Amino acid sequence: MSPRPGFVLDVDQSTPPTLFWHGERFTLEKLPEGSRVIYAPEPMEALSDPQAAIRHALTHPEGDQEPLPSLLFAGMRLTIAFDDISLPLPPMERPDIRQMVIEQVLDMAAEAGVDDVELIVALALHRRMTEPELRHAVGDRVYDAFAPNGLLTQHDAEDPDNLIYLGQTDHGEDVEINKRAAESDLLIYVNINLVAMDGGHKSVATGLASYKSLRHHHNPATMRKSKSFMDQHKSELHTANWRMGRLIRDSGVKVFQIETTLNTDTFPDGFKFLQKREWEWKAKDRLAYLGASKALDRVPARYARQIFHSVKAPHRMTSVQAGEVEAVHAITTANVWEQQGVIVEGQTDILTMGLPYISPYNVNSILNPILVACLGLGYFFNLYRNKPLVREGGVLIMTHPTPWEFNPVHHPSYIDFFEQVLGETTDANVMSEQYEEGFATDPWYIHLYRTGHAYHGVHPFYMWYWCAHALEHLGAVIIVGGDPKAVHRLGFRAASTLADALEMASDVVGPSPTLTHLHTPPILMADVQ
Amino acid sequence: MKALVLERNLPRFAASRVASILGSGRGAGIGPLQLLDADAPDRPSDDWYPLRPLLSGICGSDLATLDGRTSRYFEDMVSFPFVPGHEVVGILDDGGVDHAGRPLEPGTRAVIEPVLGCAPRHIHPLCAQCGAGHTGRCGNLASGALSPGLQTGFCTDTGGGWSTAPLIAHASQLHAVPDALSDQDAVMIEPTACAVHAVLSAGVTSGDVVAVIGAGTLGLTTIAALHSVIRPTAPCTVIVGAKHARQRELATTLGADHVVPPDQLSRTVRRQAGSLVLGGRLTEGADVVFDCVGSAASLTEALSLLRPRGRVVLVGMPGKVTVDLAPLWHRELTLVGAYAYGSEASPAPDSPDRRSFELAIDLVGTAGLGRLVSALYPLERYEEALAHAGAAGRRGAVKVAFDLRNPKGRTR
Repeated sequence: MSPRPGFVLDVDQSTPPTLFWHGERFTLEKLPEGSRVIYAPEPMEALSDPQAAIRHALTHPEGDQEPLPSLLFAGMRLTIAFDDISLPLPPMERPDIRQMVIEQVLDMAAEAGVDDVELIVALALHRRMTEPELRHAVGDRVYDAFAPNGLLTQHDAEDPDNLIYLGQTDHGEDVEINKRAAESDLLIYVNINLVAMDGGHKSVATGLASYKSLRHHHNPATMRKSKSFMDQHKSELHTANWRMGRLIRDSGVKVFQIETTLNTDTFPDGFKFLQKREWEWKAKDRLAYLGASKALDRVPARYARQIFHSVKAPHRMTSVQAGEVEAVHAITTANVWEQQGVIVEGQTDILTMGLPYISPYNVNSILNPILVACLGLGYFFNLYRNKPLVREGGVLIMTHPTPWEFNPVHHPSYIDFFEQVLGETTDANVMSEQYEEGFATDPWYIHLYRTGHAYHGVHPFYMWYWCAHALEHLGAVIIVGGDPKAVHRLGFRAASTLADALEMASDVVGPSPTLTHLHTPPILMADVQ
Repeated sequence: MKALVLERNLPRFAASRVASILGSGRGAGIGPLQLLDADAPDRPSDDWYPLRPLLSGICGSDLATLDGRTSRYFEDMVSFPFVPGHEVVGILDDGGVDHAGRPLEPGTRAVIEPVLGCAPRHIHPLCAQCGAGHTGRCGNLASGALSPGLQTGFCTDTGGGWSTAPLIAHASQLHAVPDALSDQDAVMIEPTACAVHAVLSAGVTSGDVVAVIGAGTLGLTTIAALHSVIRPTAPCTVIVGAKHARQRELATTLGADHVVPPDQLSRTVRRQAGSLVLGGRLTEGADVVFDCVGSAASLTEALSLLRPRGRVVLVGMPGKVTVDLAPLWHRELTLVGAYAYGSEASPAPDSPDRRSFELAIDLVGTAGLGRLVSALYPLERYEEALAHAGAAGRRGAVKVAFDLRNPKGRTR
């Protein structure tokens, strides 16, 4: 039986309460009659033999590209770059897709007699991964073969000795990327395309780039013109990356792109109720909900966080394609939309969403207030094609505890950004002009990024810029159940209950507004007609 | 006429010290301070003039004395009983002569420069410090024509500001108050002079990162002095750690570049100085730190915020504190005190030296520091006044003063 597509439920009297994520907890909320709830499509059938599918993709490439075995030869310099800890979400059960793909690539390289092989984690300005995280991503066999010999490295966007300047695009954008990757005879990039935004030229042009390069598209103007990030053809972020990617290609860097897609099977047994439609909950689901809710209510937030971050998702691969970047990405994007797309008729006055404990930038860490904003306004808001789910001037209501809490190892510059920059301004343009460079060049942040496990000093700015389109579009943002001090620092309004938030929203959108709830995760993307 | 008189009464000092555990100034009712009938003290000579107080501020050093927290270092520099109050603006009902020998008409408003150095004590020749105009550094605080007392307000012979009876002021202490200044402005001149002296002692140079710990009266006047006295010739970045919202608001309006809660001060200094961190301490840091609190914690923090060879200026009056001086030794830091006032070399080239008080009179007017006076109390309500002053920051206040102008008094 084929999986059911996504679904838009019209709430009526008989509709049971709807599940809202609230960080490391969740609640059931009774939505007003006439509201809509958007549910993700059910998980697609996974590839029955992923190893065979990978092999087939490598030997039957897309676009103007030769099969991988014919690109490999003894004496060549081969670099394999791969996505970092930010993908997928939650981290997947072993074996990770990266491990499966890299092992096959390495087998082919070995058969061809290639012995100069290096693996690079495409960090961009993200934090360095820990050994357990790397082992999880590439598997013990690959890790033990490469890491001890210094052949598994993490891209360092601040290492002048290992960056190479390739030139400027016709829009004046500097392109500077990892030197080893650029000077290899072949650069293979292994993607996990969780959403339509991932992959394509963005993989190399962003994942292996320096701040000098990234600042050309990670800025308020570009982010405001990306409507949305999930729609490559209407995303200035992607347009800039495509320009850069083509310059990289034209500079002689030979990229063999491998992209993979996942199904929406997001939560393991015991948490399956989180991805079901509430009216279809069985006694087992209700019991699981009650048990989990009660247990989580009784444990301190940090333990609840540990519990959730130990959850590994049972995602399964639904497709793998390899070859020329643009040809591969076109297929990948179609596959992502096939799994995650939901057709939605018309916009709404109020969009509600429950924010979970995790975003791309807090795996094994704290979803601090800036990441709360980014998850809601940068990611969930942008899960659309054509038009935003919420109308211009509408209200976004998010539920999350939004604690004034930061992981000082992972997010040191976030603390200063939150305390100092957001204390002065929430205007992305102002902070970009007045503060960005100071944070980006701060020697302490650079030191922590290069030697510890810290996000780059400029990263919190990017998180805020990520919200720029939503902030420009919306009439108000309300966080339900958040720390009022932290919420106000973000420039948002705080409400203690959903009912209060709806009351507050009516001041902006008027009485009797339309309301739509985005029931995610699992991830879905709204095709708003 | 009435005056608050502080007597040497050890049981009452002990009671006041115990009560101060509940909050500074809370022991006023059971401590050594009493409201008594009073007259103007006798004038030792013709160059002393009666000054009838209009407003008189409550200083942190006054509270420390009442709370029994003052260092024993000062024991021989006071004489009992005395009337506290060294932040005073008053009226010269009979006229007088000012510090520069200029006659002052009867009815002139004046402030006093309260240090009781060689000149008021009729010690001639003046000591080297007084001779150079640095009266705050005078060591002759217990000899000459007066009883011991480092300042008016700590000497039994001069009276003090917490009184409706006149105190007596020596000509060398008197500064006329310009008509443009309100009484509130004028009562802020003395603490502002301390701040002016502190910032001019600090060696701030162009481009420096300067941190200020504490944003009570001394912290805020220090910020104002940095902004108006130092910055015109040595532009610098001023970062302030302020505990209370009202303090943060005032610090910003007085010219601080970055005003943060105390727990964010170190991170802000680190970012401004572009420092790394080693073992929780900055590897670089501020060029100058003004410690306007004077506690072990504030001094420890001040030492941790400095770059190597940086300078801590102690503006707040410290007591006996225990501080780890290893960073001072290892990083070759300088720890300097900034007490009172004197003659100041102008930071602007070719400008003559001026008294700290003269600079403070200008600054109080330009910065509108009278707004720092948050509450006025009649003398009779001294217990409330002292409790308010002891909890000023928490209660959104800065300077609390006695209003000696109106027998009924008022608060605002």
